[in-house]
Order: sequence, then structure tokens, then C-alpha cells
Amino acid sequence: MNPFAYHRATSVQDAVTTVAERPDAVYLAGGTNLVDHMKLGVAETALVVDVGHLPLYDIDHLDDGSLRIGADVRNADLAAHPIVRSRYPVLARALLAGASGQLRNLATTAGNLLQRTRCVYFQDVTTPCNKRSPGQGCSAIGGYVRYHAILGASPHCMATHPSDMAVAMTALDAQVVYVDVDGEHRLPLTDFHRLPGEEPHRDTNLPAGALITAVEIPAPLDGAHSTYRKVRDRNSYAFALTSVAAELVTEDGTINSARIALGGVAHKPWRAHRAEHALLGQPAGEDTFTAAADHELAQAEPLEGNEFKVELTRRTLVATLLGLMEGHQ
Amino acid sequence: MTAVQPHAIGTALTRLDGPAKVTGTAPYACEYQLDAPLYLHPIQATIARGRITAMDTADAQATHGVTAVLTVFDAPKLADTSDGDLTILQDNQVHYRGQLIGAVLAETAETARHAAGLVRVDYDTETHHTELSPEDPDLYAPEEVNAGFPTDTTDGDVEAALRDAEVLVDQTYTTPHEHNNPMEPHSCIALWDNGSLTLYDSTQGVHAAREKLATLFGLEPGRVRIVAKNVGGGFGSKGAPHSHNTLAIMAAQRVPGRPIKLALTRQQMFDVVGYRTPTIQHLKLGATTDGRITAFRHDVVEQSATVKEFAEQTAVVTRMMYASPNRATSHRLAKLDVAVPFWMRAPGECPGTYALEVAMDELAVACDLDPIELRLRNEPDVDPETGNPWSDRRLVECLSTGAERFGWHPRNPEPGVRSNGEWLIGTGVASSVYPAMNMPGNAARIECTAPGRYAVAIGAVDIGTGTWTALTQIAADVLDCDVDAVELQIGDTDLPSASVEGGSSGISSWGTAIHAAAQQFRHDHGDNPTPGVTTTAEAPENEDAQNYGMYSFGAQFAEAHVSRYTGEIHIARMLGVFSIGRVINPATLRSQLIGGMTMGLSMALHEESVRDHRFGHIVTRDLASYHISAHADIPEIDALWLDSVDEHSNPMGSRGAGEIGIVGSAAAVANAIYHATGVRVRDLPIMCDALLS
Repeated sequence: MNPFAYHRATSVQDAVTTVAERPDAVYLAGGTNLVDHMKLGVAETALVVDVGHLPLYDIDHLDDGSLRIGADVRNADLAAHPIVRSRYPVLARALLAGASGQLRNLATTAGNLLQRTRCVYFQDVTTPCNKRSPGQGCSAIGGYVRYHAILGASPHCMATHPSDMAVAMTALDAQVVYVDVDGEHRLPLTDFHRLPGEEPHRDTNLPAGALITAVEIPAPLDGAHSTYRKVRDRNSYAFALTSVAAELVTEDGTINSARIALGGVAHKPWRAHRAEHALLGQPAGEDTFTAAADHELAQAEPLEGNEFKVELTRRTLVATLLGLMEGHQ
Repeated sequence: MTAVQPHAIGTALTRLDGPAKVTGTAPYACEYQLDAPLYLHPIQATIARGRITAMDTADAQATHGVTAVLTVFDAPKLADTSDGDLTILQDNQVHYRGQLIGAVLAETAETARHAAGLVRVDYDTETHHTELSPEDPDLYAPEEVNAGFPTDTTDGDVEAALRDAEVLVDQTYTTPHEHNNPMEPHSCIALWDNGSLTLYDSTQGVHAAREKLATLFGLEPGRVRIVAKNVGGGFGSKGAPHSHNTLAIMAAQRVPGRPIKLALTRQQMFDVVGYRTPTIQHLKLGATTDGRITAFRHDVVEQSATVKEFAEQTAVVTRMMYASPNRATSHRLAKLDVAVPFWMRAPGECPGTYALEVAMDELAVACDLDPIELRLRNEPDVDPETGNPWSDRRLVECLSTGAERFGWHPRNPEPGVRSNGEWLIGTGVASSVYPAMNMPGNAARIECTAPGRYAVAIGAVDIGTGTWTALTQIAADVLDCDVDAVELQIGDTDLPSASVEGGSSGISSWGTAIHAAAQQFRHDHGDNPTPGVTTTAEAPENEDAQNYGMYSFGAQFAEAHVSRYTGEIHIARMLGVFSIGRVINPATLRSQLIGGMTMGLSMALHEESVRDHRFGHIVTRDLASYHISAHADIPEIDALWLDSVDEHSNPMGSRGAGEIGIVGSAAAVANAIYHATGVRVRDLPIMCDALLS
């Protein structure tokens, strides 16, 4: 833990200009992840700019049917919102599958997107980690990898993104709205988080100093059914071994639209494009779902110690889609 | 020997310490408000074996607010270094990763933590060995195992009986590293003043801690006072001081007159305050086809540390649980470059019963018998280990009562055939056992403080179990007064000597002393004593202990639901029925029993400290990565007990209840999962990947 200065931002503009002048500054909102990291020495920052109280806490149902969620909306409030519950069940369920009641009361929408991996080696400054200190090496390889990636990892980092909320938002084609000194910008959530590649210390494509102000989610498709299923080692307050956010539109038993994202398996919420493609136009049923899951997971590259996650993810995807069909009938 | 007429005993008196605890006014060790405290943050070894060559403390020393930095090169010498767990900073050797090798003392906790991170340590690293293996050529037999039990036992001709057995179960069961993780971290305030030490400590035994620490620092016990009024759980890990206490006292000696506060972080609790050894248990059960057990063999491999031996008594339960003429048990240890394992939640009985009771389930399957019937057929008339009669066994009643209340029958023994949609459903049963112990060395003082009012004093502690309440009830009955007339005083070495809150012996041992003191008090002062009169008396030894098999027993039931797709496990319900002797307080008893059962569920499905042998330390070092069961894991749980009085255990007729709840519950869960799926998992914890096949 380092000594640090604290600045309570007076406005979005104040926050952005303050951080723009101080590359060693970080934003603080709910603090449920950052404060832990400051205590553990994982995050070393000289200036904390508090944005948790800024007026970014509205949930607006826009005229085009989309939803605009303020960056500071607490996870608990978002999960309880009537429109989220009725129109985006996949998102409500994902939120409620995350963390604990106490944490959801504090954790914000933007902070949830920006939370860092729970890789045990990343969180322990006495073990080498390329994400924490580039060039040190990855301790997960050859180590404890139960919660590590099976898709899209690199030899430099096997970490997974821990969010549930972001997995649902990824399936829903959400956009991240952010502000920097040049003004407001948008980034599709599918492009927001990164794969580790050779720069595992970079979790996202958010420009340095930018402040997320909202997340926008388009209107759900007509006739869509969606849900979120999370498989974990205990029934609450545990990160996903694997999770599935899925939305299906079927007509007369044929799949007209499928949007699927996987959690707990990659450095980012994993949009399962291959599975989606395999489902389109096919009859909804276990054979189709299994073929789609196989197609997606053909690209999996598990580590020694987490091979089971490939089969687990395949089965979870199939069970989730079957559950959607059952609920639908 | 039951002598106490129960009036307050047996009533569900609400916890007397409850209002103070829920309003935050009950002080825990680190919360005492003392003038001008300083804060201590440990420096820990980041290698598992080797030698410290240098500690650069310049940046830490230069940090504003830092008072002192302790290192292995300048720490005071201890008077006694025979306890390898407590002995730190006496040389530059590193024996395990996380070992305390120094500390920073500062005006704030934050400054101390920051400055501790600025100390640079250089090492000569040696190859370490932290991995337990049954093939380790250096395995050895300790002289005895924990609680003074023999290391090995043999009765009859086990090998011949196994050779001739019509049915044989021959399997290996493993349990992982587990850490106690009480809610309140290990913490203390040490104050060194005029050659005397005052320690506010989170401990399970103030007098036991005083004896250890006085020896360590070469102090007369009278110069050491230890206070523990409220303790936020211990589960064994606070049954003795650990090296953080040494560190705090060393720091206090460096700055006489200033209170030194040390509260370990959750992560540090995975390094230096004890844990349960992993166990590798090989069981062989021989039986006739109709399920009469002819032989038990239970061989255990587990670990200890290079700095101090701790040998968990894992196989002792197999020596006495069921009838069989031929029984053999053994314990072998590996001395590894790890921190010292210690007591954790029914050490011995808990992991041993897990293995034994799953093996019993396997035998029931092999004999095509209902698992309850198998146990009934092997019910011993007397304690198989000693030949003594049971004081109050009644396991059969626990099993039959439980079966009825749980709805055990009818049960299709075929596994994997019952389901509800996606979810396979199974039920499991296991027996529980825990010895009824009375510890020596207890005394109590009774003072008449006003007409009809009494102060009752003993250096007992309440670690969250209800001691404040239960001892008050006992005191009221032995003095024949209302509970309101009793002012209980506990948690201080200034009070009469008391044994440690461990081995489920607290209420039995302390209650016996209070009973003895009350009898002597009435003898000395009559029924209408003059205010101010005082009597102190020691608890007598229980002569029946040598003549009876004195244990609590229980039967535990679980219903498991397992996803046929993902292997996810949901335990729908658990029930325990216990033979526990006379109940002192049904409310606190039920809490203890369902708490223990929950820990057993937690052991079955969740708890595992993962040691990364490349580094040598536990890498799942917080409560997000070291899973204990959450509320959502236990939809329905209940504990019942037989109406009972143990004529031989103590004057109250009670037996301890702290640990029996955890014994057997993991096996009941494991057996239910087998019944649901047909997959027999023998390695804990059981997680979804083991059921994916």
C-alpha cells in the first residue's frame, strides 16, 4: 500500500481534465476492486479521483427502445430495475449471479466493466505476473488454473475477465460511452475488452484517462428469450468456472436469431460467433445446440489442469439453450 | 455422577453477550481503546527455504511515522526456543514461505503496511520440498499423535481377516489443506510495562497462552496478563499462540509503555496460524457377505513441518467406532518446508470419519445392504478399543430417529436413477462421533457480592459458541439462584485457571469447576452468605473417564441434487440427530450443531487451500478464492438431539457440542452425491468436474 492523494471530482469535465494531467491517477467509483488492490500493492497509484458520486446514476429508456445506463448505477439497482427485469432478463440474472449483495450495493456499471482478473498470481505481488508487471512471466502456466482461460489466451497471460454483467451486455451488443478531453465517444463492448496477446497488462481498449459515462443497450429483438447460466464452485459469491449469456429468437422451431457470450473462459467476455452462426436457420434442439457448442469450442486450448472447462462449457451452453426452449414453451 | 438439578440448564436463554455484539460495543482483542497505540505490520519470507543474507530497511526507517523496524538481524533473543512455531527472528534461516522475518512499527496501520513493503530482503535460496506424497521415502512414525494417542494400533490378525474376507473395500481417500478462517482475524495488543506484559489476544485459552508466552520470553507467569473477553471464532487455530504473538511482544519490548496493535490480514492467516494437514487415507474393510465387518485397516499419510511436529490423529476413530475383532491403524508423517499444521475443527475425527464413513457406504453397496442396516449390524456392545462400557452411546437411536425424520425409507439403493428434470437426486447417511473430554487444571471462584447475588469467575473464554450464556446457566443452577443473580467473569488470566476452549471440552471442564466451587462455597458459607465472602475450588478429576467409553454420537443425512449436464451440486437438505448428553442451552447447541454440519458441507464441496509447490505457499489466500459454504449452499438444515443425560461425563450430565457437527457431515454429503450420480468421488472437495464423466 502506498500513500496517495484523493480528489473528489466536481464534474465529469473536472474528472477527465484532472486525470489527463496526471498519468499516475486512477478513477474510483464503488472501490470494491481497486481498494483491495491498493491494499495488496497490486495497484500503486499516486492520485485517486473519486467519480462515484457524479450524476451518472440514471437508467433511461430511450425513444428508440434502447436503454442508457449511467456509469455510476449500482449493480443492485440495475438488477432491480423494472425494464431490465422485464426486457433484459439475461442482464438481470447475470448481475444477480455476481459477487454478493453487499458488493452489488456498491459496485458500479463502469467499475464492473473495468474490474481486473481474479487470477491468484495477479493478486499476489510475491508471484510473477505479466499483467501486473510486464516481462515477469506468467505464473498461472504450470500452476493453479481452475479459473483460467480456455479460449483466446496467449503464452503471456492465461487470465479470465471475472465479470458476469459484461458477459450479458456482450451478448446484447452493448456500447460503452466514454468521455475524454476530446469529447464523447462510443465503443462496442465486443471491442472494449482485449485478448492478452503480447500486452496482457492492457485489459481494455479504453484510451488512457478516458472516463466511462454510460453503457447503451439496444432494444431487445422481438420474440427474444434470454437467460444467463453460471456454473461456479459455490452457489453465491464465487466467480464463474464458465457462464453462458444467451438470447434466442425462434419461429416454428427454427432459430432466427442467436446471440451468445461466454464468461469465465477468456480474457474478455467471449462472444460466441461461431456457435451463433451454427445455430442460425437450424431446428432448435439438443443436436443443434451440441453441434453449435462443439463448433465454438473447437478452438479451445485449455491448460494442464483446466481441460475440464471445455467439456463443462460445452454442456453448460447446451443446457442453457435447452432451458431457454423449455421456458419458452 | 450427575449432581446438578437443572432449572436454568436446558432453557433457551438468549445469548447474554448478544446485545453488545450486535450493537458493536463488545470489544474484541484489537478494539481495546488504549492510549497512543502503535501498529505493527509483519515482513514475511518470500522463499520457502534458505537463508536471509540482507534486509535493507533504510527506506522503511525513513518513512514518516515509522517508529521501528524489526529484522532477523536485530530482534531480541527469546528465552526458550523449543517451540518451532513461536520461535522467529532468532536466526536468518527460512523454513517456510510466509515465515515472519521482521516487522515495521508505525503510528498508523497504513504506514506500517506501506513501510513493510519497502523493506528489501536478499536470500540464499535452497531447494524446498512442500508436496506430500505416500511414496516419500522420508515418511516417519511420530512418537504419538495429537491428544496423546498412540501412533499405530493393532488388534487381532488384520491381514488374515482381510485375506479371508468375503467382501473387501480397499480404497484411498484424500482431504486437502484446509484453513480455519475464523471471522475475526488473529489479532492482539501487546503492552510491555515495567517488565510485565499485558496481552489483549484473540485466543481460545488465556491461561494456556500465558504458559506458552511466559516460557518463550522467560517471564514469571505472574508478570503476564492475557485478556480475551470476546473472540470472533477460532475453530482450533487460536488454541495456542502463534508467531504473530511473538512478533507483537518483541515489538512491545522495543517500545515500553506503548500498546502495540497487530491484526493479521486475511492473506497472512493462510501463512502462520495453523491449518489442517492434507490427509491421504488408505482404508481396507473386510466383511462377510451379510455385512459383518471382520477387519478394519486405516493407514494415514499426512504432513508436518520441519520446525515443529504436529501429527493429526486421523485414524483414531476407526479404533472404536464399529465392532470388529481385527483392527489396525497407523499414521506416517512427512516433514515438509511448510508452516506448522495445527488444530482445525475436530482434528483427527473430522477427516478420519470422512474416510471411514464413505468406506462404510462403499461396503454397504458391496454387501447390497442399506447403509443404516450395515451400521446396525456392526454396532459394538462395548468400546472396542478398551472393552469399557459406553457411558451413553445410542448411535442406533440417532440413526433410526434420523431415518424417520429425514424420510430415508423407502430408498432405492440403485444410484443415479432418481431425478427431477435436469437434476439427479440422491440421499446419503453417515455416523458422527466425538470424544467427551474433561480437561485438568480448572478452578472457579465464587463471591457473594450482595444478598442473593454472586460473582462467578473462571478464566474461560467465549469464542462465539455461547460460553457467557451457558456458564451463567450452570452457575445459576449449582448456586440454586436465578441467572439474573449471577455475574459471570471470564476471559482473563487474573481469574482462576481454566483450560483451553478446545476438544469440545470447555463447558464440561469449566462447568465442573463451577460446580465444585459452588459446593465448597455452600459448605463454607451456607445458603445465606454474608456479602464479600469468597470461595475458590478446583475441579476434581473424573474417575469415570477411565472406566467408560465416553463419546457423543450422531447420524447425519443429506440430499444431493446434481445436474446431469454440468455436474453442479446443490445440497437440498441436511439433518443431524445427535446423542449429546444433557443439553445446557438448546439455542446455542443448535447453533453449534448446524454450524458444524455447515462446515462439514463446506469441507465436502468447497474448502481447499491450494499450495503451489513451485513457490511453496497457499495461493488461494482470501475468502473469494478459498471457498467456504455460503447461505445459498444450505437451503434447509436442522439438528435434533436425543433426550439424554450422561451419568458419567460431568456433574451436569452434558457432553461437548463444538465439534461433533462437522464429524461425518462431509461423508453424508459425499455418499448422497454417489447415490445421485453413481460416481464415487474419494478426493475432497467434490466439485463439478469430478462428476462430468
